[in-house]
Amino acid sequence: MRYLILIHSNPRSRALWETLTDEQRMEFGRGYMQLTEELAASGELVVSQGLTDPALAKRVWVQDGETMSSDGPFAEVKEYLAGFYLVDCESEARALEWAAKAPDAQLGGPVEVRPILDMSTLDL
Amino acid sequence: MNVTTEVEDLLRSLAPQVLGVLVRRNGGFDTCEDAVQEALLAAAQQWPNDGIPANPTGWLITVAQRRLTEVWRSEAARRRREEAVFTAEVDDAEVPAEDDTLTLLTLCCHPSLTRVSQVALTLRAVGGLTTAEIARALLVPESTVGQRISRAKAKIKAAGARFAPPPAAERDERLAAVLAVLYLIFNEGHTTSSGSALNRVELTSEGIRLTRQLYQRMPEDGEVTGLLALMLLTDARRPARTLPDGTLVPLAEQDRRLWDRAAIAEGTELITRALQTATIGPYQLQAAIAAVHDEAERPEDTDWTQILGLYELLNAAAPGPMVTLNRIVAVAMVRGPSTALAELSRAESELAGHYRVDAVRAHLLELAGDPEAARVHYESAARRTLSLPEQRYLTAKAAPRPRRP
Repeated sequence: MRYLILIHSNPRSRALWETLTDEQRMEFGRGYMQLTEELAASGELVVSQGLTDPALAKRVWVQDGETMSSDGPFAEVKEYLAGFYLVDCESEARALEWAAKAPDAQLGGPVEVRPILDMSTLDL
Repeated sequence: MNVTTEVEDLLRSLAPQVLGVLVRRNGGFDTCEDAVQEALLAAAQQWPNDGIPANPTGWLITVAQRRLTEVWRSEAARRRREEAVFTAEVDDAEVPAEDDTLTLLTLCCHPSLTRVSQVALTLRAVGGLTTAEIARALLVPESTVGQRISRAKAKIKAAGARFAPPPAAERDERLAAVLAVLYLIFNEGHTTSSGSALNRVELTSEGIRLTRQLYQRMPEDGEVTGLLALMLLTDARRPARTLPDGTLVPLAEQDRRLWDRAAIAEGTELITRALQTATIGPYQLQAAIAAVHDEAERPEDTDWTQILGLYELLNAAAPGPMVTLNRIVAVAMVRGPSTALAELSRAESELAGHYRVDAVRAHLLELAGDPEAARVHYESAARRTLSLPEQRYLTAKAAPRPRRP
């Protein structure tokens, strides 16, 4: 089963980040590197990326067959996606176990686990 | 069949034999498996151009053995063993005396491994697939599959597992694990098939091929036979299960002319014989249920009384939420939807929010002539499913729409 582990950023997690010392921030970054390495070594990692600041986001839409886009920043969003892990695990319990190892989760931050839709076609 | 396909099919069928000979002769499953994989890759490159050698098994054993020797030669500490290997130079005409497929399968499905690792290792060591092919089939990166295989081999080594048939006391348990992995491979094909992935090994076919190999070794085992029959009888409906746009077609609405008659005939014959001669088990019961569905020319010809009886037996042999739910659907067909709805309510606590409870309740409400209530449950079922085709189907059932012409 595949699960997407979503690391969110919200005002509470950002405020908490401000209180961390340099050493604690380094530790935080190392925590993510270690998580990625452990996931890869276990054969459960599909892909993982961190996202840039939402200020760099662009919006895209098609109007009358023409592709349009606009630059941010958009109206201030309180919570946004900061990074993700796509994992392929035996069970949801296992995916939750990995999610709990994310440094954000360790600090009580918002980490979400969502099952991926598959193409299974069980006879109904 | 073109030459490349012919070579690939041949290599896959020879892979377990070659690996078996190497491991029995040299020991060290992990290094032998690597050597065989390299020999297979070399053959896949050379044979389509140079032609298939007169003794393909001997060719592969010789190349794999040479590769193994090279590995040892580079490890100074193993010089002594290298000499021993040289005295046992490969005879080109050698054909494996023993059949190692079953031993290999039980080793790849060793209890110290996780299911996903068992799947990857089985596909490579017994199925003769490359890491890249397995990755494409499972829709995960090649590095992920590589990690699973190398970890699995390290774990087997650490667990001290030997290349030998399992002790008699563990035999049934180990065979059960093998069957579970083969069924998982088959079902994985359903899970990942997107219909767009040409040039990729079909895991459903691979599951059937490996189970057929196992069946040829132990045709008297009821559950091995039952699993092969179950796969054939399920896969027979594949052409009718989805529309070209990927829409899921439920069993009752499938165009039965599209079903694979040859697969149904073979599956039915297998399961009929197994039920007459072997000890009955869960795979045989599931195959028997599939056979009853497959033999009905029209949905209304389905022998639901027989299906209900089989689900009663399955419920006693291997209870689980899917069995409970499917039995309740059969109850509806035999004793009516209101009896089934009452049973569903009583079973609610044991089903503990299983994602298909809503879908079954919606179906029963529809049968009971309550489309409004059915719609509400189809909606929540659509939200809870993990399958994209099923989500589309349930969403369509939930939406008020004109009846299909």
